[in-house]
Amino acid sequence: MRKIELVQNILEANEAIAAQNKRLLDEHGVFAINIMSSPGAGKTSLILQTIARLKGKLRIGVIEGDVASTLDAEKVKNEAVGVVQISTRNMPENCSLIASMLDPALKKLPLEDIDLLLIENVGNLICPSEFVLGEHKRVVVSSLPEGDDKPIKYPMIFADADAVVINKADLSPYVDFDIAAFQEAVKRLNSKVKFFELSCKTGAGIENWCSWVLNKIEINIKQAADKGG
Amino acid sequence: MHEFGVTESIIDIALKEAKKAQARKITKISLVVGELTGFMPDCIEFYFDLMSKDTIAEKANLHFESAPAQVRCRSCLTIFRPKDTLWSCPECQSQGIEIVGGRELYIESMEVE
Repeated sequence: MRKIELVQNILEANEAIAAQNKRLLDEHGVFAINIMSSPGAGKTSLILQTIARLKGKLRIGVIEGDVASTLDAEKVKNEAVGVVQISTRNMPENCSLIASMLDPALKKLPLEDIDLLLIENVGNLICPSEFVLGEHKRVVVSSLPEGDDKPIKYPMIFADADAVVINKADLSPYVDFDIAAFQEAVKRLNSKVKFFELSCKTGAGIENWCSWVLNKIEINIKQAADKGG
Repeated sequence: MHEFGVTESIIDIALKEAKKAQARKITKISLVVGELTGFMPDCIEFYFDLMSKDTIAEKANLHFESAPAQVRCRSCLTIFRPKDTLWSCPECQSQGIEIVGGRELYIESMEVE
């Protein structure tokens, strides 16, 4: 019997592919946002609202991840420059997108014609937190009917989020969701997070979210230019 | 369930290392799984039995060790193992932290013949 000492990171395979995806995106000047939430929090609605507000300014592509169906892709296909549906049903992981699923999807999109790529992950607050895809920003969508305890129950997805969107804000008279307590819980484990309270139904608050997206794209372009020149 | 792909990676790495070491059989794989990850040892074992069939890793013993959650207080920089979901610092009682350990997933070592 021989012992082999290794200390080999098992997630490295995913991280290496994610780094390649990021390189491909950067080469084409595409800014990618990984949108994660539980099922029904409003990822598709946020994508539709974002496209509606920004389509005069940006060319937007979408990747839809779902266990089954092309329902979400159908909803956005007339609005975006390109849409690819990833069905995870027969994939090694069906509960989350992983970097190797993104790679073939990126190759199907007209990347040279896209400025912003919105990636809708599978509705799940646990599994997507383990896998990077090659995105520039990670965003979690929470919604008022889900309850304000989600950052306590599923801390990891909030720990890595660059922004947290609090959707369905128009329901606040009807549900007991303590927004301050929710934000406090997220801030305990994430000091850099930005919050956006909005309603995809009424459109209230979408403006601030879109300004953040535009600002992050500008910063990214500037950083790329500084690096290049 | 996201253990399928992870188990695939474990077997890939183990077979590659065994080949490098010119081993005929992998008898044990020691894994470290962070307490803050969602990876389930039972689930990895289940997939491992199925996926390692007809390879030199078949019937290898999987040994799991849990890596504790470790967080650093943002106020006083104390590193501690969180006791509650408020992540309260045992030194200064403040509740802002950064995660420094508990999210790892790696093969620590393996035994081969």
